[in-house]
Amino acid sequence: MSIDVRIPTILRTYTGGAKEVQGSGGTLADLIDDLEANHPGLKDRLVEAKNGSDDLRRFVNLYVNDEDVRFTGGLGTELSDGDQVVVLPAVAGG
Amino acid sequence: MRFDNLLDSVGGTPLVGLPRLSPSPDVRLWAKLEDRNPTGSIKDRPALRMIEQAEKDGTLRPGCTILEPTSGNTGISLAMAAKLKGYRIVCVMPENTSEERRLLLRMWGAEIVSSPAAGGSNEAVRVAKLVAQEHPDWVMLYQYGNDANALAHEEGTGPELLADLPEITHFVAGLGTTGTLMGTSRFFRAHKPEVRIVAAEPRYGELVYGLRNLDEGFVPELYDESLIDSRFSVGPRDAVRRTRELLEQEGIFAGISTGAILHAALGQAAKAVKAGERADIAFVVCDGGWKYLSTGAYEGTVDEAEEQLEGQLWA
Repeated sequence: MSIDVRIPTILRTYTGGAKEVQGSGGTLADLIDDLEANHPGLKDRLVEAKNGSDDLRRFVNLYVNDEDVRFTGGLGTELSDGDQVVVLPAVAGG
Repeated sequence: MRFDNLLDSVGGTPLVGLPRLSPSPDVRLWAKLEDRNPTGSIKDRPALRMIEQAEKDGTLRPGCTILEPTSGNTGISLAMAAKLKGYRIVCVMPENTSEERRLLLRMWGAEIVSSPAAGGSNEAVRVAKLVAQEHPDWVMLYQYGNDANALAHEEGTGPELLADLPEITHFVAGLGTTGTLMGTSRFFRAHKPEVRIVAAEPRYGELVYGLRNLDEGFVPELYDESLIDSRFSVGPRDAVRRTRELLEQEGIFAGISTGAILHAALGQAAKAVKAGERADIAFVVCDGGWKYLSTGAYEGTVDEAEEQLEGQLWA
């Protein structure tokens, strides 16, 4: 199983400068743990403890196949082989 | 239709069917033509509403200067209204927006303060807050946190859609200040809660996301996640492709962010077809394509257009 994860510029210090890394996991939480094993420090930039359980950081947006995971089950979002995950900082428009 | 003046004509835009892009007679797409507003953009609604609200509560008085961070469109709308009402206006805008927006802002009489390209609108907000500290007498309407922004849609866009399309099942719009989605959703949650509210968010090139700390990201104060049912990130390639399809197949000449919204709307349509469900999907045509001609989105190959949009704030 392989899932492509696109890393924003500001987090590439954790991936040795790589724009894209591969990981695996049945859920987004599993994937992030898998990424953390190979890129220590990354998890802490994406996830924080809220009310005793892990949640995405406020200014981090994560998309699986272009859909925002906050509307698909958050860290529990299920993943399949070949999924594309994109990590982006929150930005404004208007 | 007759109005006493230009400002009175804001809103009341047409809703048109898209017979060629709709997948079947049971799954239909409808375009709300917000480019028919006075400055050619949906932003006329919140701009006028924010000004009138500030006049009502006394923060905006004759002789005042308005200050606003904007990627351009809200600034243009505010400048139009400010000109007619006699206010001076200063807009803080990122450098990497289209040249047309700059020209239009100046044409309506706005003064422009440029903010750095890296960081996009987040930077414009940051710079505007600094300018506001230097000029405490200027009035920052602040579209990202001003309830009048969302209210313009709750009392305008939403009711218009329900009146024209009582069978509406989905509403799809762009996510920038979040005002369109928040206001329209609030209306539907109260009057037809089964309508699904779908956000299309432009995904820019890396430059726009900046190099600063993640903790300095920005979520507009207006944003309430519970008012949205799903949210999609749409890159420039899909946005350009859909913008061109809209022109080719339905004759609608729209801006690039509308292409991103159409992409999300077509995604919902495909889902409905697959599930064998009826759907009437209304989406927003935020503005016409005029302001984006220089971006290269309308000619050459999609690859070339995508390349030219890299680093630009195209929505």
